Amino acid sequence: MVGIDILVCMKQVPDTQKVKIDRERGTLVRKGVPSITNPFDESALELALGMREKAGGTVTALTMGIPDSACILMDALTLGADRGFLVTGSDFAGADTLATSYAISRAINAVGRFDILLFGKQAIDGDTAQVGPEVAGELGIPVITFVVDVREIGEENIVVERAVDGGREVVETGFPVVLTVVKADRRLRIPTMDGIISSFGREVVKLGPEDIGADRERCGLKGSPTRVKKIFSPSSESTVTYLEGSVEEKASGFVDIVKRKGL
Amino acid sequence: MRGEKELWVFAERWHGEIHSVTYELLTKGRELLTCGGRPDKKLGGDRENLVAVVFGKVTPDERKKLGAYGAGRVISLLGSEGGSGTYIGKAHLLVSVLQECRPSILLAGATAIGRTIMPLAAVKLRTGLTADCTELEIDPERGILLQTRPAFGGNVLATIECAQTRPQMATVRPHVFRMKKEKTSQAAQVTEKRYPSRIQQPFRIIEKIVEEEMFDITGAKVIVAGGRGLGRKEGFSILERLAGKLGGVVGASRGAVDLGWIGAAHQVGQTGHTVTPILYVACGISGAVQHLAGMKGSETIIAINEDPEAPVFEVADYGIVGDLYEVIPKIIERME
Repeated sequence: MVGIDILVCMKQVPDTQKVKIDRERGTLVRKGVPSITNPFDESALELALGMREKAGGTVTALTMGIPDSACILMDALTLGADRGFLVTGSDFAGADTLATSYAISRAINAVGRFDILLFGKQAIDGDTAQVGPEVAGELGIPVITFVVDVREIGEENIVVERAVDGGREVVETGFPVVLTVVKADRRLRIPTMDGIISSFGREVVKLGPEDIGADRERCGLKGSPTRVKKIFSPSSESTVTYLEGSVEEKASGFVDIVKRKGL
Repeated sequence: MRGEKELWVFAERWHGEIHSVTYELLTKGRELLTCGGRPDKKLGGDRENLVAVVFGKVTPDERKKLGAYGAGRVISLLGSEGGSGTYIGKAHLLVSVLQECRPSILLAGATAIGRTIMPLAAVKLRTGLTADCTELEIDPERGILLQTRPAFGGNVLATIECAQTRPQMATVRPHVFRMKKEKTSQAAQVTEKRYPSRIQQPFRIIEKIVEEEMFDITGAKVIVAGGRGLGRKEGFSILERLAGKLGGVVGASRGAVDLGWIGAAHQVGQTGHTVTPILYVACGISGAVQHLAGMKGSETIIAINEDPEAPVFEVADYGIVGDLYEVIPKIIERME
């Protein structure tokens, strides 16, 4: 069996649940906030590992970020990914989604050819959900967004279920294809001792602008058409009105609000 | 180039009709053009500079309604597939017309279609795209679109601009802006544009499912949501009864979904759905930042929780401190 070659694009993100705001300055306090693998990318990785079990082939993990981002690739290797690539360097810093998509597309072309390219639907720090479709556009590969699950996987085609507003679609397509993956109820597997031991021989390969043949003018801040002008914290003054009294009084207060809303 | 004064709104069709988010964006577009129509004339204040772009033929009723919300013109995009087909072909048509006309601004709803087509178009045009904006303004000095959006799970807001490349592209979720008709209105003028579609449809849709479980929580007017504080799976049945009384649906926090009490389709929050109903009732939800990010935009929030210190009360308009198993049955009783 030849099998299919799958790429999973991942991102290291701060655990947004633990991000605090410096209320005085209106900035994020990143210090002491743990970094995690973007949960949507974990869902994509699990989907990839599952497909490889069914159809055979390879799983490659790729990320762009600071050197520390190699951690999430190491984790992917212990779970059974065959290869890990880290796109890193100061030229890539400050990239918006367009510049990110450009760099990732170049890296993908440099690393190899893939049948299926998976992205988490969005990363929980930026929440844009744009990089998957933009990479697909840059590479000229069809994209299927909001994939919930894979129904069938063969040597030449794949059938997926995607979420659309108010329902789902079942879509069949050939390769290559880019899929952006929602979290669904999928949980990433837990590393086994065998997995950890067999990952020892595999290393994360670092890639800089030359390695991927990237035009520096199109990378990082230079290559980004958008700029962040201002970051501020949302006004968080509480304006809550408590409904007091007995259970009956609270319930009737609730019903009054509902009536006033015309519901 | 004429396009440099124009603001376009992508008028998405949903189940055959033009999606309501289109009218919300046209209403906002009118406001933006008026601010931009100062003496420096970066954006034109005239009606004809507000343009709706739609796939396929436009009916007389649609012309009238788009006009009523301020669109002076409608561009109807026709490909060899006649406007049907998947979004890959549609993105191709959209790119063709944008390359020809280069409007200053293009807004779209952050729907499944908008969130797929807009990035495909932005990358082809090598321009910026800002997702899920919650506020749009025009910088009065420079006539540039200032796009404000939440990031880091709603912990911060960022204002983003795209100063050099055009169009300046942004998506906005449904119900974020209010829709309002113009006082006097006229039907929009229609221009049909046809581009050859060389794109082979790369995939085929085998089946479309509208399951009961797959209801669209993002479109609900009322949501009664439950969290871990319910204490047990069966707690959702009482929420369902309340939701039924209010003409709404049931939502859930990630905690409740992770415990398997209810399906992921109901999940509200950063890794679930972002909702903006008229009324959101949070029951037994402590209010993790991620959950709040998904429901803060609701018009009115009522929180019911035993813990008076629960963070959910910080975003709630009304709070009930108490046992939901005592309070909710009383509410249902009163509504009967």
